[in-house]
Amino acid sequence: MPPAATDPHSDDQGWSRKMAAAQDGDRAAYDQLLREILPFLRAVVAGQHRRPDRIEDVVQDVLLTIHRVRHTYDPGRPLRPWLAAIARRRSIDALRRRGRTEALEVADDLAYETFADPAANRELEAAQNTAGLSGAIAGLPPSQREAVELLKIKEMSLAEASRASGKSTTALKVNVHRAIKALRAQLTGERK
Amino acid sequence: MNEATDRLIGRLVAEAAPVRRLRPPMVGAALWLLSVAVVGAVLIFAFSDLAVFERRAADPKLVLELIGTLATGIAAVIAAFYLSLPDRSGAWAVLPLPPLALWIASSGYSCYRHWITFGPDGWELGESGDCFRFIVAVSVPLGIALFLLLRQARPIAPVRVTAVGGLGVAGLAAFLLQFFHPFDVTFIDLGSHLAAVGLVVAVSSFAGGRWRA
Repeated sequence: MPPAATDPHSDDQGWSRKMAAAQDGDRAAYDQLLREILPFLRAVVAGQHRRPDRIEDVVQDVLLTIHRVRHTYDPGRPLRPWLAAIARRRSIDALRRRGRTEALEVADDLAYETFADPAANRELEAAQNTAGLSGAIAGLPPSQREAVELLKIKEMSLAEASRASGKSTTALKVNVHRAIKALRAQLTGERK
Repeated sequence: MNEATDRLIGRLVAEAAPVRRLRPPMVGAALWLLSVAVVGAVLIFAFSDLAVFERRAADPKLVLELIGTLATGIAAVIAAFYLSLPDRSGAWAVLPLPPLALWIASSGYSCYRHWITFGPDGWELGESGDCFRFIVAVSVPLGIALFLLLRQARPIAPVRVTAVGGLGVAGLAAFLLQFFHPFDVTFIDLGSHLAAVGLVVAVSSFAGGRWRA
């Protein structure tokens, strides 16, 4: 449901004008528009997603898509249905992606050790300590850090991460592979 | 506001260059269909045997098949242009179905008549292999040209756009085939036509699925 703070029709006319101006290169209008439509986008996405962090991820994906297809908007038509269609489509894409990821996920080898050996539990807890991991990620070279953030933390697809970072999918794959190798070495090394 | 979202908006605004608005879908479809009509007319006048075609065109069955294939092609291409835009109804995908039904029904009736007249010979393979190759070979350049145009819209649901577009080019290829097909359709012929259309739609849908990557 759209937020009910203002009259949707007057909103829509203003948004349409701003989008038309943005298509002509008016950055101030574009900035204002993207900020004004956020509550509407969040409301549409919240129809399919519950977790606030997931909603925000999908909203970011929607913003990227709006940016990519802004030339397809016809200023003679209302903007709200155009935005809602994009937000709904990206929400569904995110649900499908999540379904695929969860279907392919396998248990971590180390997880078995938590039940077998108390010492391993302590080691594992140390390894999985969020602060420790965040610190390790922060210590990575910038390109590797970016790849991990986009692909593993934000769970973007390669294509989305490529759009967001402006890097090729091959470069991202290589960077995330190296980053995980480095993190593994670092975290295992810390435990030893 | 979420900090990452705020940063993202800042980045998008910073790189927001002016964009050229996409032409209306009906104009895009008309331009593409017009260029195909010009090329098709040249091919027909240069290579087909119009005298044979004229004799066959006296048969209402063939006229129905011609209308069915042409209308399927035109309707599917128009539908693909509308479907390529985010805010247009998915119901556009239904537009080519009535002419497709007419095409299959009229071809099917031709086959049936042929079978009644010629008995078991009505099942012979005939020129089916050529028909299959013709539809696929004509669909490839038409499909590439169509998908290059449709891709300008960067469709958010590309599979249905390319599937319907694939049906459009296969329909137009089947329409052109009538001018180079101086015999009635047998069941095997119809099967090969439909198999070629199915192949074109399947390959197009697969290609559409790769568009996001």
